[in-house]
Amino acid sequence: MPDLAASSKRPPPWALRILVLTYLTIFLFAPLLALGVESFREGALSLWQGITEPESLLALRNSFLLAAIAVVLNVLFGIAAGLVIARQRFWGRALLDGLIEVPLALSPVMVGLAFILIFGRTGWLGPWLSQFGVRVIFSFPGLIIATLFVTVPFTAREVIHVLSEIGEEEEMAATTLGASRWQTFWHVTLPNMRGALSCGISLTAARALGEFGAVLIMGGAITGSTHTATTWIFTAVDERNNGAALGLSLVLGLCSVALLLLVEKLRARAHERR
Amino acid sequence: MRPALTPTSRWSLLLRGAVIAWMLLLVVLPLVALAIHGLRSGVPFFWAAITEPQAKDAVALTLWTALLISLINAVLGTATAWLITRYRFRGRRLLATLIDLPLAIPTLVTGIMLVVLFGPMSPLGAWFEGHGIYVAFHSPIIVLALGFVTLPFSVRMVQPVLADMDRAEEEAAASLGASRLVTFLRIIWPSIGPAVLGGALQTFARAMAEFGSIVVVSGNVPHETLTAPVYIYGQVESGDSHGAAAVALALVTLSLLVTLFSKLMVRWGVRRHA
Amino acid sequence: MGIVVEHLCKRFGDFVAVDDVSLRVERGQLAAMLGPSGGGKSTILRMIAGLEKADSGTVELGGARVDHMHTRDRQVGFVFQHYALFRHMTVEKNVGFGLSVRKVPEDEKRARVNEMLKLMNLTGFEKRYPDQLSGGQRQRVALARALAPRPRLLLLDEPFGAVDAKVREELGRWLRNLHDELDVTSIFVTHDQEEAFSLADKVMVIAKGRLEQSGQPVDILDQPATEFMARFVGDANVFDSVVRDGVALVGRVAVPVRGFEDGSAVRLVIRSYDLKFFKQEDGPAIVHRMLYLGDRVKVDASIEGAGPIFAQFPRRSSLLRGIEPGCRIGIEVTLARAFAKP
Repeated sequence: MPDLAASSKRPPPWALRILVLTYLTIFLFAPLLALGVESFREGALSLWQGITEPESLLALRNSFLLAAIAVVLNVLFGIAAGLVIARQRFWGRALLDGLIEVPLALSPVMVGLAFILIFGRTGWLGPWLSQFGVRVIFSFPGLIIATLFVTVPFTAREVIHVLSEIGEEEEMAATTLGASRWQTFWHVTLPNMRGALSCGISLTAARALGEFGAVLIMGGAITGSTHTATTWIFTAVDERNNGAALGLSLVLGLCSVALLLLVEKLRARAHERR
Repeated sequence: MRPALTPTSRWSLLLRGAVIAWMLLLVVLPLVALAIHGLRSGVPFFWAAITEPQAKDAVALTLWTALLISLINAVLGTATAWLITRYRFRGRRLLATLIDLPLAIPTLVTGIMLVVLFGPMSPLGAWFEGHGIYVAFHSPIIVLALGFVTLPFSVRMVQPVLADMDRAEEEAAASLGASRLVTFLRIIWPSIGPAVLGGALQTFARAMAEFGSIVVVSGNVPHETLTAPVYIYGQVESGDSHGAAAVALALVTLSLLVTLFSKLMVRWGVRRHA
Repeated sequence: MGIVVEHLCKRFGDFVAVDDVSLRVERGQLAAMLGPSGGGKSTILRMIAGLEKADSGTVELGGARVDHMHTRDRQVGFVFQHYALFRHMTVEKNVGFGLSVRKVPEDEKRARVNEMLKLMNLTGFEKRYPDQLSGGQRQRVALARALAPRPRLLLLDEPFGAVDAKVREELGRWLRNLHDELDVTSIFVTHDQEEAFSLADKVMVIAKGRLEQSGQPVDILDQPATEFMARFVGDANVFDSVVRDGVALVGRVAVPVRGFEDGSAVRLVIRSYDLKFFKQEDGPAIVHRMLYLGDRVKVDASIEGAGPIFAQFPRRSSLLRGIEPGCRIGIEVTLARAFAKP
């Protein structure tokens, strides 16, 4: 966040301080603190055992693999979406732009349900795909689709925003200097996207690691196969496996905090550059 | 201006086609599946599915908790934004970063935090229970969970508008003899109003969709603490995708409308502001 | 290389940006396209560069039609209004870009880049990024970048629009010198009359998408072809009158008019420096205010029965002797332009 020239040098009034502090304590600080304290009480050993038991490792592996797949595909899609939406003019462009943000507004549960209706045993494509031995629901492809759906806005939105803000003049300048379409993209447009892509990658990874509802429904949280970190935490809570539940929660929480801090840093740098 | 730089060449058409196809498959197809399945047995069936007592109570619970947290956030989120933009104090930047945390933390982990904090085994939970206040597995904890996951929305929506506001307008009003209340109502509110409302709508849409944190904390008792997304999850688990599709369709439509309205609100605010 | 533009037209939706414009610039000339903003100057420039596609009309560069040629093959150096420097490249990379993409050998490229940087007074800034430069420096980097591949034609879109007044004048003089040193034909777009008249060999005035007049600066100043031109250049007083015996009366002031028949209605355009005021007890006008503008004085007066008129004199001019607010004056019009009343 930029430092604001307009902010007053006065200390904030007490009433406002107390009001905001109470609000943030109830809704934000207390839960955060609770996780820390409880993990501490549980003890490092128990947490470590929880994190390293085979099912946890499998779940973590699945989660990180999904995040990596989502990152790669979303980088490709983000670049394409940026070039199409911020640089081309065509009928329906605004609609396409709006569609990219739709996943932000939908509950992952409804998304999972919708994909079951398509790929499930009695769904539209399910029976047809099963002829070829392809199973989407309750298997890894289902997890991929669910993760892709919920992460699709993040990179694309950043890239589109940056490209529209920067404008087309640099690309035109490259053309007047004799650069081909490919040279212009490679030397001018892509480097200008770099910051947006890094932000998008971090946000995508955070969202992918944290996804729960859609992967729960599409993957079915099958032991030894389709557990992700979140669904395994869910199961561990049920099974009163505190070490695993708290340990993985801590791992996910720390990962997401690290990614968030990275995003803030990248944004601050982009802000300075401008 | 339409640049001759990007004439509709084969490459740009190909790219555009790819982006549109990806969005159709990933985003539009599931929405269509929900719509068709939700309505396929006709409107009476759709109506019966969403007015079935359990579904109706679930939807009602979701709507009133979402509304409540939207109001809380609108007031206290605006106060928080005010504190951050208008005053300098130690820890201001840290606070601004902390407010973004809920965007990154997996919602399931949020649920774990709240169970740890308010569960019957916890000191705080036990103390409340001793005084006859039931938090965990009752509706208050649903509101707390929604509060955590939606915390950034109002703050982040109002903050930039407040930061951009010209303090001179307020000073002019004061120099003309306006009281603080009049200054707020006539000068400040017209500027930030759309953002406050937009933030509340965004909170509402997000709260309506919440699943991960609630499924762990609320106990999911039908008619009492079963929210609509959890209800849909239950229906899917028990194999009734059609009934679930009807309720999901209703909620998805509402979410999309609310989101659209919130976007219009923000755009309107920006235009008036400029 | 000469430029010939014939019957160029361009619409954006319903808006006619360029309306049948034909113009030519001879090889080696530095030409200015002058006019109010939104008048279509930049669009014409962009069509010459191929950045914008014309609806109709032709562009010839050095005697060859280039209408169907892509921008990158036209060998045109273009300086954008906001420079459009590549923000993630150093000054050196920016200037060398046009050579890199044309696969010029590395050592030749380096020599050329250094030569350009030296010419532009930018030595020592090689490793800086655009956001570490001042407005004037960015402007020079943009010029160096455009000139490095030795374009036959240099097009500049409001080249000094984004720098402050002082730097603007300096850069202007410097552009003139640069142009004279290099073998290049240049067109620059500007809305600043002083800039256009002081720098260019040829001035083309564009308004509302049309070419109003083109020619040498002196001709445009002294022989405005239309009423628009007469009013556009310099500060002008405008009166409507009727011609009688070769004279049009403005109040009691007689203005000689040639080339109109008796009884024709005319519109007179009188520049503020084509007037003489002198003190006269029963004069036809009264002085209201005198504004001291540094080295000049602006006198506001009104002619009885005709309306306000203003004139400008050098600060110490003898014409000002005895003139003060409230006094009556006589007026002599040394030069007036008459146009048939529309």
